[in-house]
Amino acid sequence: MIVDTVKQTGWIGKTTKRVGGQERVSGSLQYVGDIHIDGMLHVKLVHLPCGRARIHRIDTTESMKVEGVRCIMTADDLPHPMPRFGPRLKDRPVIAEGETKFFGEPVAAVAAETEDAASQAAALVKVEYERLEGVYTVETALDPNGPLVQDPALRPEDPHKNSNTLEELYYGWGDIETAAADLVVENSYTFPMITHFAIEPHAFIAAPDEDGIRVWSAIQHPFLLQIILADVLKMPIAKVRVIAPDPGGGFGGKGYPKFEPLLAFMALRTGRPVRLALTLEETFQAGRRLAARVKVRSGFNRDGTIVFQDITADYLIGAYADIATRVVEKASYTGCGPYRVPTARIVARALLSHTTPSTAFRGFGVPQMSWAIESQIDAAAKALGLDRVEIRLLNIPKKGEEFIPGDTPCDGEWHESLLKAAEAIRWNSPLPEGRGRGISLGLKISATYASAYSILRLHYDGSASILTGTSDMGQGARTIFSQIVAQELGIDPNQVTVVMGDTSVVPYDTSTSASRSTVVMGTSIYRACQEVKSQIAKLAAETYALNESDVEVGDGVITLPDGQRSFREVMTDQFGSTRGEIIGVGAFVKKKTPGHPLAGKTTFYELSCNAAEVEVDRETGMTLLTNFVVVGDVGKALNPQHVEMQDTGAAIMGLGHSLMEHIILDDDGRIVNLGALDYRIPTIKDIPLEMESLSVENEDGPGPYGSKGTGEGGLLATAAAVGAAINDAAGTEIRDLPLTPERVWRAITDRERAKEK
Amino acid sequence: MQTEKIPITLTVNGKVHSIDVRPNHTLLKVLRDQLGLTGTKECCSLGECGACTVLLDGRSVNSCLVLAAEADGRSVVTVEGLAVGSRLNRLQEAFLEEGAVQCGFCIPGMVMSAQHLLIHNPHPTEEEIKEGLAGNLCRCAGYPRILAAVRAAAEENGR
Repeated sequence: MIVDTVKQTGWIGKTTKRVGGQERVSGSLQYVGDIHIDGMLHVKLVHLPCGRARIHRIDTTESMKVEGVRCIMTADDLPHPMPRFGPRLKDRPVIAEGETKFFGEPVAAVAAETEDAASQAAALVKVEYERLEGVYTVETALDPNGPLVQDPALRPEDPHKNSNTLEELYYGWGDIETAAADLVVENSYTFPMITHFAIEPHAFIAAPDEDGIRVWSAIQHPFLLQIILADVLKMPIAKVRVIAPDPGGGFGGKGYPKFEPLLAFMALRTGRPVRLALTLEETFQAGRRLAARVKVRSGFNRDGTIVFQDITADYLIGAYADIATRVVEKASYTGCGPYRVPTARIVARALLSHTTPSTAFRGFGVPQMSWAIESQIDAAAKALGLDRVEIRLLNIPKKGEEFIPGDTPCDGEWHESLLKAAEAIRWNSPLPEGRGRGISLGLKISATYASAYSILRLHYDGSASILTGTSDMGQGARTIFSQIVAQELGIDPNQVTVVMGDTSVVPYDTSTSASRSTVVMGTSIYRACQEVKSQIAKLAAETYALNESDVEVGDGVITLPDGQRSFREVMTDQFGSTRGEIIGVGAFVKKKTPGHPLAGKTTFYELSCNAAEVEVDRETGMTLLTNFVVVGDVGKALNPQHVEMQDTGAAIMGLGHSLMEHIILDDDGRIVNLGALDYRIPTIKDIPLEMESLSVENEDGPGPYGSKGTGEGGLLATAAAVGAAINDAAGTEIRDLPLTPERVWRAITDRERAKEK
Repeated sequence: MQTEKIPITLTVNGKVHSIDVRPNHTLLKVLRDQLGLTGTKECCSLGECGACTVLLDGRSVNSCLVLAAEADGRSVVTVEGLAVGSRLNRLQEAFLEEGAVQCGFCIPGMVMSAQHLLIHNPHPTEEEIKEGLAGNLCRCAGYPRILAAVRAAAEENGR
């Protein structure tokens, strides 16, 4: 019998020290780029100074003469047809073949004994090429006479194959044609391309491994990489070993394979380990957030209730699908936000372009949608003379209420997050001149399917090792998992070792994404703990010749008719000097649901509220953040400090795309502001003067101890909150991001000029 | 590029190294590749992100902007030089205690900038801390907790 004790004490809900923290502050943690393997060759990529080009000839004669060069790989050196890969569509070539489709797509790769030699040889590769007209904007992507990005042969069955529309989606309910409202608000919003800018640029190593391959990558989903490598190399999965040290920041940008297949082919060709460390500039060219143009027609009743939302979202994705179509599917599915919307029509398109492949990025398409939808609600409140908190309260569904027909009902007291944020920002207090406030909600769905296995080994001395395929890229998964194991086994977290990052050691996990790991892998680990407890109960009954019903298992202790024993004592008594261990396997498997637009209902909703107070300098358009509040509906904060770190970190990242970040392209599709000098992200001087992170904890999540996921929530609706605060302060109506001083100043000036007329 | 190497003498974390370096190699590259001190991180290579911050004769520098040859005869402290064995220094402890560390990639550079700040200004104001760390980017944006950590370490200076 397993006693599920009430866990009010112990390790849950406590701030424990970060697992892996010591290594991070002392500099001893090895990221991929820090790994040295004897005999390793260094790789440099060769790319062209334009977005799209036809490759006529690649001449490597001069570069092969550089001392130390061992291999120069071009499309000609790879199998024919060119192996292609991708998480959804196998459209990305291992290296450019015939044509480059985005600025930075490599046409050749050089491996040499030193980095210097590789760089020198890469610069000597002569490429004869011809610049071609490219697709760089939503407008040209939709132009039927414009260039076509993708070869229609890659998706022969697709009715859109002769256009740049990779996917067109339609969601809706109610009859939009007949929906009548007192007020209709119609606007168009844009969200630019932005880059992940993890401080660790991507790094990869590949090495031949007897009859297989070993690949090191700073990757969030090592098992997906393993499967893709097995596919392109035509090897059994068991012969592909992916080692994934903790990434130095992921944010979605390290989710999907990039240059690992190329490196694997180079390792097999040279018979040597090969290493590629991207520069920050190359990292900019390796992945980005989807840009979007969202047009919305919203209907409201006079009292502020939403009547309908009519949304057309055009997401500009890159040259290859990567995971972008999934981003569009998921984000547009919740396009109406956390509100009761009786009638909805959502049309969303993923449009190919000759730009950096767009991929997952914290928030997974939601920030683009919520910028539009939340701004629409503010516009309606203004037109109807309603308070912006009140209008939201009026439309938030109640817990248990189905608000997306057929999907998981509202799973939290969502109004509490809104009220908590409003109170913390002192919503109803008077504002000094030049200041304004904004408040907004963001909603995101999490995993709709998953396979997450874990193996828990209870060692002879009572300590434990947990083996899991999740990646710790800074969110603190190792810490949370150590707390769950420590809680369930009644030991200190420092008695737990969390093993991650090696596909030959840890069991399968679909991905580290969608803020899922606490709920999905957390549940798997919780179950592994229960499995260990149930085994130890059997063991105790056997050891002490009792009926199993006489044995009660708690957290770390067993109660027998004659008293208590620790797990360790039971094991010592059972195994003696032979020694042994108890192994428990946990699983969380949610299979795909056929017919569901997203292959399944969401495991939980991630809901967050942002509230901002700003001061706008009318002379310069500069925005000063005087106060910022982020509130997450987290169910249960298993580690409050970790939740705060995630929520404030996400919100500050959101301030980046709200106020300063955007990738700028020239007419040739080149990124003009490539690198740290010209692409600004928030520094410590950009953080709000006051900042508060709060949690709503109703223990109503599906994860262990009532937890939900967090980590993305903080930036879902940051732009809308900041934009609303700026509009409130300056009387502007801005619908394009980022809200740079220039853009704000122009909006102020235009408004003043219009008034004068 | 395959030019003559230059012999230099470099004191790193108190240990003297006499090595030959290439004239085009930065201090960052030599620390990481020749001396195996990979605690110092490489990100932008332009002196914008601060991930490679070390102390050079007591001054904080971006080691990606210093040629190794320029460091001849000088003394370098890297993140590996802060702890004594496994005993962290008070600043490193504060970073852990205050929850300043997320992915950790910027942390060695961040700690070195903070170390420099506190050596020269043991009781910085909030504005001075921000100014001192303005050249170190953290994309996890752990800035509020990083501020708290430096503040906590500075408070200990008062005891």
